[in-house]
Amino acid sequence: MASSDDRKIQELQEKARHIRRLIVEMLARAGSGHPGGSLSSADLITALFFAVLRHDPKNPGWPDRDRFHMSKGHCCPLWYAVLAESGYFPKEKLLTLRQLGSMLQGHPDRRTPGVEVASGSLGQGLSVALGMSLAAKLDNTQYRVYCLLGDGEIQEGNIWEAAMAASHYKRDNLCAILDYNGFQIDGKIEEIMGLEPLVAKWQAFGWHAIEIDGHDMKQILNAYQQAKDVKGRPSIIIAHTVKGKGVSFMENVVDFHGRAPSTEETKKAIEELG
Amino acid sequence: MAELLYQRDIYGKTLVELGKVDPRIVVLDADLSSSTRTALFAREFPARFFNFGVAEQNMMATSAGLASCGKIVFVSSFAMFATGRVWNQIRNTVAYNNFNVKIVATHAGITVGPDGSSHQAIEDIALMRLLPNMNIIVPCDGPQTREAILTAVRRDGPFYIRLGRAKVPTLETNNAFEFGKAQVFNQSGRVTIIACGIMVAEAVVAAKNLINKGISVRLLNMHTIHPLDTEAILDSARNTKGIVVCEEHSVVGGLAQAVDEVVAQNHPVKVLRVGVKHRFGQSGEPQELLKEYNLTSSDIEKAACSLVS
Repeated sequence: MASSDDRKIQELQEKARHIRRLIVEMLARAGSGHPGGSLSSADLITALFFAVLRHDPKNPGWPDRDRFHMSKGHCCPLWYAVLAESGYFPKEKLLTLRQLGSMLQGHPDRRTPGVEVASGSLGQGLSVALGMSLAAKLDNTQYRVYCLLGDGEIQEGNIWEAAMAASHYKRDNLCAILDYNGFQIDGKIEEIMGLEPLVAKWQAFGWHAIEIDGHDMKQILNAYQQAKDVKGRPSIIIAHTVKGKGVSFMENVVDFHGRAPSTEETKKAIEELG
Repeated sequence: MAELLYQRDIYGKTLVELGKVDPRIVVLDADLSSSTRTALFAREFPARFFNFGVAEQNMMATSAGLASCGKIVFVSSFAMFATGRVWNQIRNTVAYNNFNVKIVATHAGITVGPDGSSHQAIEDIALMRLLPNMNIIVPCDGPQTREAILTAVRRDGPFYIRLGRAKVPTLETNNAFEFGKAQVFNQSGRVTIIACGIMVAEAVVAAKNLINKGISVRLLNMHTIHPLDTEAILDSARNTKGIVVCEEHSVVGGLAQAVDEVVAQNHPVKVLRVGVKHRFGQSGEPQELLKEYNLTSSDIEKAACSLVS
């Protein structure tokens, strides 16, 4: 059994590397966008799409599908990459990111197959996910709802309103994923507007908090399973990550929050990602 | 004497009526359910009612998630908190997605009364008019409130329906409510009066007095602010001496401005605005406030007279 688990983990690691490469290529072609947070959450979302989420790219409207919503919409290159890789649309489309008339807008938009609700204005996505989660309850269906949050994003008050409501309504089919890479546009989170003690904050709001290394596939898969097993309250996976993960010269460099790589940098990045 | 009704009573009753036949109807409120009357729905259908406490931003964005899963979502609060407070949630997450979210705001305008300026939304129509996809209805009385709610359910997409706090008289007319079409109270006239919401009743009184004075009046109830009945406006511009627009709203950005935009670009005539003249509200009884802010039938009469003198 151990060996099949190991194989699965290896496959996911390999997939995540490929997804990172797609992200870099898309951003390089687009000439603008947000590599840092797309790369830092790549392992979390690759694991979600290829080992956890119950969905059917050939039947995107399947009523019982699990829902995913990317609240930190600026990291949509990652979302687009996993959607294309899953088969929601041809991969060639990735190179149209941010172009006039493209189905791949600069921030998530419903014209993209697989994107159910637009995002981009931070702080609203956890509420959107809560709405999806409540709909599941109303329809008596078992689907789960996953929502990716940014660490800078949770400085928004709307997030904590949603956190309060999700635990009030005992939404155990709701799982938030926090990409805790420690940086926002203006600098280090702790210097701009500190969030600690973060685990205690979510616990105080009634959530089950799971703290992991967001680049360790085994920990990631365990966390998704643990979240599924928790009953009577929502879960959040607080994933410690490295901004720009996977491209050495982007790692922990705040400049790459919102700047595309140059031609030279792209070449180097692709070499690293293989 | 005309029957007096609370529009919000009709809203609550209509929700219950709809809840019985359409399981997709879900209702959200933010700690004002007894005032907005969504409490009536909550009592009948507790599983389909969600109170989010004093947290309107979350309520509004949650409505989008529910709508994305096929629900028809009614979202209610006072107009002050259902629009400006959550404008970005409405813009980016409701209107942009073109979701089936029906915002029904009560306690609009200065007739909120003694609560004063902090609770008197006089900018809400302007805020909603800015948004593509957003349909806007300002019903004039109780029965029309029901028509507006039924319309919002029948038609896809986001709606903003604006209701008041106080009781309003039920108005008599031979012409039925038709979404997107001005309701004609009186067709032949030398001047036109266009009104919405509670100002229609004031306009009816003004029209009667003007007719008694020998000034005939075309009177239109422009209940639908978007999509706007531009044909009715242009016909009035062409065939009468000018237009008086009456609304319990700022003269900036509301119905008057919408009418003015149509007239100015196509057939310029004088458009006079009976509305709140770019100032904040204050405490007072509704009737006192209408007088203080020049929103009475005699203010409408004066404006109409100036168009023919």
